[in-house]
Amino acid sequence: MVTELGHFALILAFLTALVQAVIPLVGAHRRWPGWMAVAEPAATVQFVLTAIAFAALTWAFVTSDFSLRLVTLNSHTDKPMLYKITGVWGNHEGSMLLWVLIVTLFGGAVAWFGANLPPSLRARVLSVQAMIGVAFFAFILFTSNPFLRMGSPPFNGQDLNPLLQDPGLAFHPPFLYLGYVGLSMTFSFAVAALIEGRVDAAWGRWVRPYTLASWIFLTIGIGLGSWWAYYELGWGGFWFWDPVENASFMPWLIAAALLHSAIVVEKRESLKSWTILLAIIAFGFSMVGAFITRSGVLTSVHAFATDPERGVFLLAILAVFMIGALTLFALRANVMQARGVFGMASRESALVLNNILLAVACFVVFIGTMWPLLAEMVFDRKLTVGAPFFNAAFTPFMVLLGLALPVGAMMPWKRAKFTPILRKLTPIFVLALAIGALAWAMQTGRSALGPMGLFLAAWLIGGAMVDIWSRTGRGSGRLSRLARLPGADWGKAVAHGGLGVTMAGIAAMMAWEQEDIRVLQTGGSTEVAGYTLRLDDVRREEGPNYMATVADFTLSRNGQEIAKMQPEKRNYPVAQMPTTEAALNNGLLRDIYVVIGDPQNNGGWAVRTYYKPLANWIWGGTILMAIGGALSLSDRRYRVAAGARKTPQPSQGAEEVPAE
Amino acid sequence: MKRLILILCLFASPVLAVQPDEILDDPVLEERARDISGGLRCLVCRNESIDESNADLARDMRLLVRERLVEGDSNAEAIDFIVDRYGEYVLLNPTTGGSNLLLWLAGPVMLGAGVLMAGIYLRGRAGTPEEDVTRLTEAEEHRLRDILKD
Repeated sequence: MVTELGHFALILAFLTALVQAVIPLVGAHRRWPGWMAVAEPAATVQFVLTAIAFAALTWAFVTSDFSLRLVTLNSHTDKPMLYKITGVWGNHEGSMLLWVLIVTLFGGAVAWFGANLPPSLRARVLSVQAMIGVAFFAFILFTSNPFLRMGSPPFNGQDLNPLLQDPGLAFHPPFLYLGYVGLSMTFSFAVAALIEGRVDAAWGRWVRPYTLASWIFLTIGIGLGSWWAYYELGWGGFWFWDPVENASFMPWLIAAALLHSAIVVEKRESLKSWTILLAIIAFGFSMVGAFITRSGVLTSVHAFATDPERGVFLLAILAVFMIGALTLFALRANVMQARGVFGMASRESALVLNNILLAVACFVVFIGTMWPLLAEMVFDRKLTVGAPFFNAAFTPFMVLLGLALPVGAMMPWKRAKFTPILRKLTPIFVLALAIGALAWAMQTGRSALGPMGLFLAAWLIGGAMVDIWSRTGRGSGRLSRLARLPGADWGKAVAHGGLGVTMAGIAAMMAWEQEDIRVLQTGGSTEVAGYTLRLDDVRREEGPNYMATVADFTLSRNGQEIAKMQPEKRNYPVAQMPTTEAALNNGLLRDIYVVIGDPQNNGGWAVRTYYKPLANWIWGGTILMAIGGALSLSDRRYRVAAGARKTPQPSQGAEEVPAE
Repeated sequence: MKRLILILCLFASPVLAVQPDEILDDPVLEERARDISGGLRCLVCRNESIDESNADLARDMRLLVRERLVEGDSNAEAIDFIVDRYGEYVLLNPTTGGSNLLLWLAGPVMLGAGVLMAGIYLRGRAGTPEEDVTRLTEAEEHRLRDILKD
């Protein structure tokens, strides 16, 4: 019954989206206020209906209703409640429902908080957003319906993949989807502005919060996924340059470029056409990501849904939206004339450089991801493009970006002189060089990557500090002024510093990791990087839906005990799959990482131990970047109406004022 | 939901790719073997090197690499030996030969093109006379005069 309600609500949401896609657009064109006004209630209704459908599916998972095919395939009565709920999006159909729920959520956000938008623009934005909704509702209903029943329900389900039964991974998809789909909002804004024929500073200000929000969500989502891979996969890798990872990384790079170029539109009324183009392409990459993951073209063996019908449907959605938007873009090139004038040396130019580097870096990831496919189709070569290629081809752009960032961030708008900026930054540059040189001297005969990474990190972090300090002006009272700086200034410094922290972590992990593989008898010990690890005991334990082999280790240094560590090897009988649960001893400067392996013939156990320098910096920096984004988003200037063309809606305005 | 899919398969039976009994006694040779196997793809896995994989095939390939090294092959010879048997597909780092040149040059070429286009655009921006863009409308001029009068 609940299932049928959910199914029905989903169909109604699809019909609502159809109405919302057409009526407001016509209304905006004809200047009929009544037709334009349809958009807001329709967006709310669409969201509520989709939420009902999602709740119904969640209910089916929670109550283990195995008459639903999806529940049978992805759940089990013994599974902990948390993973019954997260199992809703741990599969293709459910995750598409989550995707479309977020599409309607963002549409709703514009309806609820977009009172300061001009009515015609708001109607058009909501209409374009509803078109995206229509496409994905149709995709779900016609190719991937989550509400299909089974003729004869089984007694129990087939369980969720054990690897997904982990908190890090359970919450990784919702964040990624919020990011991907958030970019649909910037796409809708871009297309609506093109239809409207007006791209100005106010548009830049309206669209920036959505870009920032989706970038923050992507940052958190990618960070969570990488952290999960680090502790779950058993050897502490954190990034594999796999097609599905790249699928999330490309939109992140473009969103980062977009949120910087939108600043130029907002403050200086330049780079308009480029920004619109980025907004279109960013959502394009989101959909390419969905296509890569769900079509199985690149991931032939084990993709989410290796169904050609779904792949073709997604490709059609991608083609229609991209071709449509780009055609519109070409037709309306004339409305995007730049106004601001600026010199070669200026913050505008620095942001152009930022955009070039990010866009080209994204292009490199894209071509590397697609190359095996291209090479096979065009040149008839079966080949692989793996991590070594990406490390070699992608890293230089990030190095260039890191080198230029502190200088560019401090440039004033319009016209900049290098001398005062360089004077402020010289001490930091010298310090960073010293740190890099020190690292170089302490390591012997290894790659230059580690010292280079530490140099860049110090340069970025120090540069961010100098930047924010220089915002406080001169004379006394600088500290109190520092505390009162706008959120955007703090956000910029924190996010740029966070990038430095992440770079330090990646460089140190890649350059100075130490590994030890050996067979240990109970009572035996091993040493890695000055730490001693003793295997005290190995025992069997039983979990709620798995059996585990648990090893007890004692970690010590110079005879001083530091910690007990308990790596596990689990076996999930229903899914018939083993997983490793590595034991980690986290530290500010290093992680010690232990994995217990198979029993050996002589009675010992295979043991893998790693020393991972600065491992936590990778995710610490990611968190800092997300916090920086949030600080920037919290800037009061984005909440207060942008000033330009306020809508004459006194009733709604009156409701909002007290909140300020 | 993106990366996990990939991993489902590859890491289906995780734990210990390189087994303790595979490790060579000579640490220099072992390091070279690890280096080589990090760049060779496990053919039955998705995007995983034989160094990371625990598939049986990966183990066979790891042992093969070590065998070649013990017999005195250079790194390049050992890699060629594997490529001869398993094809170009086995290289995680694509060669720069033939059509792959496009792949390797794509980034630098794009960067060059981007910088060039941006340079032309920026010169245009810098060259535009300021007055043309910021000239006040008549109404604004009028208002400005009013304000200045006070």
